[in-house]
Amino acid sequence: MAATTFPALAVPRRPLQRTLAIYAKEAKYELLKNLRIPVYAISTVSFPLMFYVLFGIVLGRNDPGSPERATYALATMGCFGVMAVALFGFGVSLAMERGQGWLQVKRASPMPVSAYFAGKLFSAVVFSTVIMLLLLSVGIAFGGVRLPVWTAVKLVGILVAGSIPFSAMGLAIGYFAKPNSAPAVVNLIYLPMSFCSGLWIPLFLLPHGLRVLATFLPPYHLAQLALNAVGLGVNPTPARGHVEALLALTVLCLGLAAWGYRRDEGKTYG
Amino acid sequence: MSAAISAHKIQDHGVSAQPMAAVPVALPRSASIATVRNLRKSYGQVVALNGVNLQVHAGELLALLGPNGAGKTTLVRTLLGVARPDSGSVSVLGADPYGGQMQARLGAMLQVGRVPETLKVREHIDLFSSYYPNPLPLEETFQIAGLADIKDRTYGELSGGQKQRVLFGIAICGNPDLLFLDEPTVGLDVEARRLMWAQIRTLISRGKTVLLTTHYLNEADALADRILVLDKGNIIAEGTPSEIKARAMGKQIRCTSRLTMEEVQQIAGVLSVKADRNAFELQVNAAEPVVRELLQRDSWLADLEVTNAGLEEAFLALTKNHNTDAKERN
Repeated sequence: MAATTFPALAVPRRPLQRTLAIYAKEAKYELLKNLRIPVYAISTVSFPLMFYVLFGIVLGRNDPGSPERATYALATMGCFGVMAVALFGFGVSLAMERGQGWLQVKRASPMPVSAYFAGKLFSAVVFSTVIMLLLLSVGIAFGGVRLPVWTAVKLVGILVAGSIPFSAMGLAIGYFAKPNSAPAVVNLIYLPMSFCSGLWIPLFLLPHGLRVLATFLPPYHLAQLALNAVGLGVNPTPARGHVEALLALTVLCLGLAAWGYRRDEGKTYG
Repeated sequence: MSAAISAHKIQDHGVSAQPMAAVPVALPRSASIATVRNLRKSYGQVVALNGVNLQVHAGELLALLGPNGAGKTTLVRTLLGVARPDSGSVSVLGADPYGGQMQARLGAMLQVGRVPETLKVREHIDLFSSYYPNPLPLEETFQIAGLADIKDRTYGELSGGQKQRVLFGIAICGNPDLLFLDEPTVGLDVEARRLMWAQIRTLISRGKTVLLTTHYLNEADALADRILVLDKGNIIAEGTPSEIKARAMGKQIRCTSRLTMEEVQQIAGVLSVKADRNAFELQVNAAEPVVRELLQRDSWLADLEVTNAGLEEAFLALTKNHNTDAKERN
């Protein structure tokens, strides 16, 4: 009873135009999905804004140096906001979708996995841009921030680009954290790291030990790049060192994520 | 990757010999759309599949029936190309599925804990349709999957049955040649289950090939052309629904007796015995020889009742038969 074998019809290669269409749809729906989650959309935008208004504008608003303080906090709170978007929007959402089987449904379809990740990165970049533009407007309107247009563009650009290394970090966390513990894991990394990198209290007000520790933390390097852009970097180091540190973080995290991705293949989900 | 390359080669060199239609039509019903040979797969110490052989024929609905943990989902994942077999060979639509190169022609309804809830039904289907080279028109997917009335609702607003229908829509929207339905009605109430069955029948009437996994014998009976019974990673029975039912549908004998439980157990043909108040309940394949033996051994036997075993008992009987066979072989 030898049954006829099914003819091996090749699946035709997907034309570039259709691949791009998939990327566009994946990005659009990832963004829509996040915009419609109130906890995510409101907290990622409102927390940095709230802290910025509090630390950057309201406190010490009668100091002669208050515009400078508002500019300083624009860079550090911007960094804080961009990190949250990347770590929660990438890390927590990946951990959930992976652990709850949704990623498996997607991977059982012919979706290119890269489109899935590109969609998440796109959403992080859009949210980061919105946060930065909001902080900048509030700073200009109420904090006396005055920046040349090119400087403002550079500041926003640096911080939005900064969502890339932190998205890589989110990716790595997403491949190792369990869906239920992922928010806690992210908070445990995110909040102490932000504090020790001088995002809350300027580094020059912190003890020496913390200042040394900060140089090993990724947010410190992004914040220094942003502060250098507005001329407020402490002990200005060449931009190259900070860029290298962030690149190293990206490569390390992508490597970890690739390991996690392979490890998933042998498991019941992935 | 190598399978993809070889598949492309076939296309390059054998254009005239191969039909190039995107959807192969008029295949003989005996054509094998998927073949699995001696497939083994373990997760650590747990053996999920222990040397499975099967063929899925074009145009049939093949049901893979088995209790939880039998290895059904692992088999589906291997056929989809998302799990790598430890040993054995798998061929889907003429190629090795591992790595996902055949997925453009497959559809899958998998068990999933949670689906993004803030996207609308229409948006989910639109996104998944975009992954496939020749998707169904959206309206057609809505119609087949019964989503027309709920397409503008977000996933989070749906009932359990409606959610399953969305997953069904995701599975069929790419107009697949082979469709996997992994426990499509698990957790549904009777009405939602009937609705899902009607939708699956619609697909079969359109000539689709379906591999369905289930742990309900009545579901396999209602839908399948052929049933494979999977237990602990082994295929223990194969046949048409009526053949499987005949093998599985045992009888239940109830009686009060002076015999001890052990004595009853020893009678040939008794699959299991349990004491229920002062009576015994016996699961058997055929009632007559056991009743004859019981009456011979105990002239005081009373309250004799013979009934058809329920489906669950029948299923237990089927898997238990296999286990005792295996013991005898050893």
